[in-house]
Amino acid sequence: MGDVRNGIATRAGAMILAPVGWLANVFDAPLRMLQRRTGSNGMAVFFLAPNMLVFGIFVLFPLVINILYSMTGGGALFLGDRTFVGADQYGRLFSCGSYLDPKSCTEDLFWIAVWNTLAFVVLQVAMMVAVALVTALVLNRELRARSFWRAVFFFPVLLSPVVVGLIWRWILQRQGLLNLMVFEAGGTPVNWLVERNWAFTATIMVSVWAHVGFYALILLAGLQAIPKDLYEAAEMDGTRPLRVFWRITLPLLAPNLLVVLVLTLIRAVQIFDEVYVLTGGGPGTSTLFLTQYIYEVGFASMLRNPGLASAASILMGAVLVVLTLIQLGIARRNEQRGKMR
Amino acid sequence: MSRVAEFLFRRRGGAGWHWTDVFTWFWLIGGLIVMFGPALWLVNSSFKTPAALAEFPPTVLPYVTAEAIVEGYEEPLQLFEVRNDDGSVRVLAEVRRLGTVAQMVDPANPGEIIRVNIQNRTPKRSIAFALDNYVQPFLAFDFFLYLRNSVFVTVVATLITLLTNSMAAFALSKYNFRGRSAVMMLIVATLMVPLSVILVPLYSVISAMGLFNSLWGVILPTVATPTGVFMLRQYMLTIPDELIEAARMDKASEWQIYWRIILPLTAPALAVLAIFSVVWRWNDFLWPLIVLSRKEVYTLQVGLNTYAGELNVQWHYILAMTVVTMIPVVLVFIFLQRFITTGIAGSGLK
Amino acid sequence: MSQITLTDVSRAFGKIGVLHDINLDILDGELIVFVGPSGCGKSTLLRLIAGLDRPTGGAIAIDGKDVTTVPAADRGLAMVFQSYALYPHMSVRQNLAFGLENARMARAEIDARIAEAARMLEIAPYLDRRPGQLSGGQRQRVAIGRAIVRNPTAFLLDEPLSNLDAELRISTRAELAALHERLSATMVYVTHDQIEAMTLADRIVVLRAGRIEQIGTPLELYNHPANLFVAGFIGAPRMNLLPVKVAAGGTGRSSLTLDGSAGFEIDGIVSATNGDVTLGLRPHHISLADAGKGDIAARVALVEALGSETIVHTRTSGGQTMLAVVAGQYPVASGDTVDLKFDTSHLHLFDDTGVRIAVS
Repeated sequence: MGDVRNGIATRAGAMILAPVGWLANVFDAPLRMLQRRTGSNGMAVFFLAPNMLVFGIFVLFPLVINILYSMTGGGALFLGDRTFVGADQYGRLFSCGSYLDPKSCTEDLFWIAVWNTLAFVVLQVAMMVAVALVTALVLNRELRARSFWRAVFFFPVLLSPVVVGLIWRWILQRQGLLNLMVFEAGGTPVNWLVERNWAFTATIMVSVWAHVGFYALILLAGLQAIPKDLYEAAEMDGTRPLRVFWRITLPLLAPNLLVVLVLTLIRAVQIFDEVYVLTGGGPGTSTLFLTQYIYEVGFASMLRNPGLASAASILMGAVLVVLTLIQLGIARRNEQRGKMR
Repeated sequence: MSRVAEFLFRRRGGAGWHWTDVFTWFWLIGGLIVMFGPALWLVNSSFKTPAALAEFPPTVLPYVTAEAIVEGYEEPLQLFEVRNDDGSVRVLAEVRRLGTVAQMVDPANPGEIIRVNIQNRTPKRSIAFALDNYVQPFLAFDFFLYLRNSVFVTVVATLITLLTNSMAAFALSKYNFRGRSAVMMLIVATLMVPLSVILVPLYSVISAMGLFNSLWGVILPTVATPTGVFMLRQYMLTIPDELIEAARMDKASEWQIYWRIILPLTAPALAVLAIFSVVWRWNDFLWPLIVLSRKEVYTLQVGLNTYAGELNVQWHYILAMTVVTMIPVVLVFIFLQRFITTGIAGSGLK
Repeated sequence: MSQITLTDVSRAFGKIGVLHDINLDILDGELIVFVGPSGCGKSTLLRLIAGLDRPTGGAIAIDGKDVTTVPAADRGLAMVFQSYALYPHMSVRQNLAFGLENARMARAEIDARIAEAARMLEIAPYLDRRPGQLSGGQRQRVAIGRAIVRNPTAFLLDEPLSNLDAELRISTRAELAALHERLSATMVYVTHDQIEAMTLADRIVVLRAGRIEQIGTPLELYNHPANLFVAGFIGAPRMNLLPVKVAAGGTGRSSLTLDGSAGFEIDGIVSATNGDVTLGLRPHHISLADAGKGDIAARVALVEALGSETIVHTRTSGGQTMLAVVAGQYPVASGDTVDLKFDTSHLHLFDDTGVRIAVS
């Protein structure tokens, strides 16, 4: 079956490429001359060049000069026009009476963003993993039309963050659908996005709504990789469903759960788009998260301070590097375990 | 109906309902409502007139209230169905409302003012789709321009991504050269560097290149995706090296090998990457928000966000534009859902 | 003319040498077979000739012209790969045409050559199918066809029959031999199967651990193996090898002692430094004799009756396993004690370094 599908895709690919086949011929003569100089193996450099050029200019180079940016001050854009201030930007970020009390800090917004992000990460990740796990378990049951149900939960994953934000702004507004339901149920309508705690809760719910399908899918793939005969053996032993879950499903799903956990962590730390559209960081600063802080300080606010934004982004980057290394470590361990099987 | 229910709820072995079955259906039905409901409500609302949108509680179907031009009044008057004391119903036009009493006239007999308690009248409405919500953004705003910009960014970025990533993946999977593992390490390392970490310096690079407020400034930084290179390389590793050697014996140049052998055989992986790239680029928000400050170059996402800020009260336009923005992604979803979900399960990329 | 000359060719991957100082002349029009156990470097040697890999030392010449650094495409050779390496996204016709198009050949000429190859290989009915829709044997023909249309200086074949089932392998082997006859082109053929080598080759090159053990015609190798390795590798069932003591016998004769007890004399003088040599005797050159009339007594361990011949596995009193192949059907059962009689005119002797000892 897979072979057939592959065959069709391959043929489709050939058909798509046929009209632009002339490209092969147009470039062939000069590239053959190049190949004569480099040898066939030397052509690797040619094939690698475009990607690495873009990569170098737009990823590596910025990454390196980011460190320099974080050690300069003033509002000028280009590095040459900026004054060197050493570690002052970091000093400013960390000058605090008490780290627990943002108001005592010089950069109170930074610490508000840090604590908001931390709270968001803890709550959102817990909620995301739990909902994704339950969804995956439900989808893994013997269902009619499973691909339909899978699609139901996956649907919001493809929506743009702006669309997600606007959909939920419309639902949560004062006269929105949610208040209609509250009203019909006899409750008092709430101004969801204007009350601090409700707005914060909304950012968590909306981001879980938007992404849970993706993680459920990863977990579902993990569940389907668990051999069926294990469940059949447990059924023969008369094991109760909850015990099957704790003793068979969960341990065997652990590697996938770890991957999902770290991936959600990495994404949650960077949360921006849908929250920015949904609440704009408000009310007040109650949903101001780190990326928005960097964006505002670097680009949007009256008192633009690119150096400060750089310093903050490097701190966030350090956290992400640690998380990614953990993720790669897990991936490698899973791969080795897969080989051992 | 019962047969549908029987089909849907039929259980393996036909035994009774276990609590896990109940929970399963609770979760599925709940998921159906929560996942699709909000988007459907948005689509539904986008067909309502501003007046209907302002109503609370909102109606499910898009209604417009009927109006009539009545002799002696300049503005069109809203029509109501008025229940008489004897239970009969007639249609009257409202002139003004004073407290709980409305002053109304019969359109057929405009001279006589009739006083009606507002308890006894209901607006006369008919179902109608406010298509104007969709037409106006194209005519009165730059929505079409944004749409064009978004299509340009999406198509060009995807084509460049496919070309450069597949070339790099070819080099990294089918050649042995010094520094290959170093390049791989570099690409792995940059998986750790999301855009949000290099916003400031990237912005200065783009500005220095004169790409600020240019769509190319949006496109270029996105095309060297490490995930794309990874995924294609993984796929190309499964293509046997003997094919390439056979092609070399067949006097094919390396470029021909890439274009005529490798690319067609990588088609399934290229298709997956193409779909993802289209969705990624169509949905990009933060970076275009930074690079694009002039309205002429806005993409849909940035434009929509700006509208949502500016037209805060004109939700009818915002809703319609949101729906239009959603359409391409929904189409991708409907037609390629199975392809995408298996692609994710296989490669874990998003 | 297509003569391929290898001079001191070696190939190393890092510090690990895979081929050491290979010297070989491949003559015009001959079918030469590289044979050896897996990992002996025979495929590497073929890839060096093809130009898919570069030697780390030495030179390769085709028709006297040094091609050591010439890319594969410009050597004028064609290769049939073990996996066939047919382009899965192209039809058979496109597969055949690909190389010719790359050489910028005129369309009419391409079509003519494809038609000719298709007729010769009987693949005309499948020309518009894709490789995925063909059987193993059909794919194999297409792979050969792809080489034929190129009209190459020489054909390089890398274990071309190893992916076929046993029956098809035998018939295709015969077809390959016929094809070689008809094209009278130089062919370099790599296999690990010594029967394939024996049946196809004009000359065989036996390789082991990156060195040439012996070059010769199939019968030269069979009758006069240069060393223990070739002796054991060529011929089935394997040659019996057993340690013997050699000493001077009667005039112009030598005496061989097996297991310190039984022994016999042969014609000729054997010059061995300390008397320890290895005796090699093919199973076909051992017959069964009545007790007391043979050269050595042995107990039958296993009898494989194939009808046309009988393979008798025996164990001597010294614990040596000896195989005898007897024509026809022979009334013997495991557990029986028999005497083995050696055909001493066909025995081989090897010294303690494994090299053949001349009997003079």
